[in-house]
Amino acid sequence: MYPCIEHCIWLIPLLPLTGAMVNLLIGSRLPRPVTHTIAIGTIATSFVLSVIAYLHIVSLPPGQRQFIDTVYTWIGLQGFRVGLSFLVDPLSVVMALIVSGVGSVIHLYSVGYMHGDKRYSRYFGFLNLFAFAMLLLVLSNSILLMFVGWEGVGLCSYLLIGFWFEKIENAKAGMKAFVVNRIGDFGFIVGFMLLFTAVGVRTGTWSLDFGVIKSNIGLVSPAILTAVGIMLFVGATGKSAQIPLYVWLPDAMAGPTPVSALIHAATMVTAGVYMVARMNFLYALAPDALRVIAIVGALTAFFAATIGLVQNDIKKVLAYSTVSQLGYMFIGVGVGAFGAGIFHLMTHAFFKALLFLGSGSVIHAMSGEQDIRKMGGLSSKMPITTTTFVIASLAIMGVPGFAGFFSKDDILYHAYISPYGGTFVWLLGVVAAVLTAFYMTRLVILTFYGNPRMDHHTAEHVHESPKTMTIPLIILAILSAIGGYIGMPAIFGVHNVFAQFLAPVFASGVRLPEGSVSLEWTLMGVSVLAAFSGIGFAYYLYGVRTELPAIMAEKYNTAYRWLLNKYYVDEFYQKYIVGGLMGLKDLLGVFDARIIDGTVNGTARLGRRLADFEGAFDRVVVDGAVNAVGDGIVSAGAVLRKLQNGLVQNYLIVAVIGMAILLSLVLL
Amino acid sequence: MAPAVTLTDYLILSGILFSIGVFGVLTRKNAIAVLMGVELMLNAANINLVAFSKFTDAGVVGQVFALFSIVIAAAEVAVALAIVISIYKVTRTIDLDKEDTMKG
Repeated sequence: MYPCIEHCIWLIPLLPLTGAMVNLLIGSRLPRPVTHTIAIGTIATSFVLSVIAYLHIVSLPPGQRQFIDTVYTWIGLQGFRVGLSFLVDPLSVVMALIVSGVGSVIHLYSVGYMHGDKRYSRYFGFLNLFAFAMLLLVLSNSILLMFVGWEGVGLCSYLLIGFWFEKIENAKAGMKAFVVNRIGDFGFIVGFMLLFTAVGVRTGTWSLDFGVIKSNIGLVSPAILTAVGIMLFVGATGKSAQIPLYVWLPDAMAGPTPVSALIHAATMVTAGVYMVARMNFLYALAPDALRVIAIVGALTAFFAATIGLVQNDIKKVLAYSTVSQLGYMFIGVGVGAFGAGIFHLMTHAFFKALLFLGSGSVIHAMSGEQDIRKMGGLSSKMPITTTTFVIASLAIMGVPGFAGFFSKDDILYHAYISPYGGTFVWLLGVVAAVLTAFYMTRLVILTFYGNPRMDHHTAEHVHESPKTMTIPLIILAILSAIGGYIGMPAIFGVHNVFAQFLAPVFASGVRLPEGSVSLEWTLMGVSVLAAFSGIGFAYYLYGVRTELPAIMAEKYNTAYRWLLNKYYVDEFYQKYIVGGLMGLKDLLGVFDARIIDGTVNGTARLGRRLADFEGAFDRVVVDGAVNAVGDGIVSAGAVLRKLQNGLVQNYLIVAVIGMAILLSLVLL
Repeated sequence: MAPAVTLTDYLILSGILFSIGVFGVLTRKNAIAVLMGVELMLNAANINLVAFSKFTDAGVVGQVFALFSIVIAAAEVAVALAIVISIYKVTRTIDLDKEDTMKG
């Protein structure tokens, strides 16, 4: 429909990059309205271009919904080329829409949230840079270019989490995110290098393009593919916050709240899920890797949800819910239901962005207070925030009709019937759904309902947020409410539009068995039951018998303490991994000091001896000879200089006398 | 009738002029006077050139040469006087015994 878009896909990532450059280089000299207009304008234009690309893709026949836009040859060696080229297919177009769409909304929201910040232009520059990196990641046509975006989002998360670096905790949180991500990136690098080598050795084709790898993947042995799959997933556990590398995500709350929304919803954490879905042709041949992904995803979904039960910081609860929901997405892609994983990624982007922006609105109104024990009763004063937040909560809990219900149900259904999933994975997913419903209900009740528990001064200050903040909330609330209908399962008598749209990308992916309709209804019933039981239990505890939670925390003190302290995982890492590394560091330090420094110092000492000897030789022999010659010339000069008395007539007399002598010799 | 002027007479005249010039150059303290001595020496040489031209059959080459010599002498004097003036501006004297800046 719009063929020209096939040649300007590169504009989608380039525009935010341009915005970032302008804002980072000269932004501090621009007035604030210009700054945020540039930032929002570029990302919004990217969104419009993504929509055009989507419309174009849809207008093509389903089998041919793919095109590649090569802009430039980045690396051009004999037999190995990496182009700056972009791949547009249903998967990348969906991702581009989510990233630029949700990203635009968050940019807009930031105008209100950051209005008083002194590094306003830098903030918007980083935000644009983040969007650029993520768009590059999802649109790239080769793993190498994807890796550039992959590292880019890591960098931007570091910059934005530590944005308020004056507080040392924030700077530390940024560093933690960066370091933990680096550990995952290491696995990712090993993974794609192994894949590159394996494909290259087998076929003689050295390439990192998805298309080339896809067509040659069948020639690589399954054992190597499994190793590659697991190494790539290690990268995904870093970026997408799965066990064991999820620890950075809850700390990422240190950044400004819109940044949390960006990291948790549109960018960054979805990168791992997207990567696994993109490499579906590889995982289809590596079933063991898929099982690992499904089990890690299920465990993450469960454990993160249990931690979320008792957290008291509004953003911490949401952070653990993100980790938990990412676990769901990995269950989805891990059991081979890539479409379901991406579907949940999308709905989650809507409601998680909304939850974070809503919490930002709450924090804004509460003058920076984040502890839900000191909130309560905000619903009357903040009607828009409350309504939208509740809609998002219903969506994440999986209440029928809202976006999260369809996607979560899709995942759990596939987890049950897939050969890579099974009852264990499914059961963990269902329990996590109960827990999710529980902690979200608890969060909503403690924050918005019941009696106000804040101090008098704060209570007076509570107000609804400005329009730039509430409009994004409303947009996202609408998406959270209706976004799920594009992926309604077939048992409702409709086509699953979303799954069909993505199907060509996953055509060579995993073939899943078909379940019976009655099984699907049953599983759906269980999901709904799980959601409502969680809601009911939480309502009973926090809405009706409000004295019970404290009693229970007292009674099951040990369990409560473990949950509150997040299973002491951070402490464990600190003590054994960081501590171990520190021990190793000390050991290496001693080695350095003794052996390496010793060798260096010994060499230096030897060098000095030699130099002393050479110096003496120089002084006595060489300098002696040179000085002797110089002295000789000086003493000769002392005699001769007397002739040179500067008087012209003396010279002439000498000349005349000489002439006379010569003449007399000749004539006589 | 006075005896005819011979080549020898000319040579004797130029020899006397040259000697006076050398004496002046070697003894005068005044730089201008030294230059005048130099002029005498040059003109003695010119007389020689003209005389030889007249008394031998070498044609007018010697006379032409003398003309060149006079022109060059004029130029030389111009340069020399300019140098003397410059020296005077710096040292406020043209006494050659005091001009021993180039002393070794």
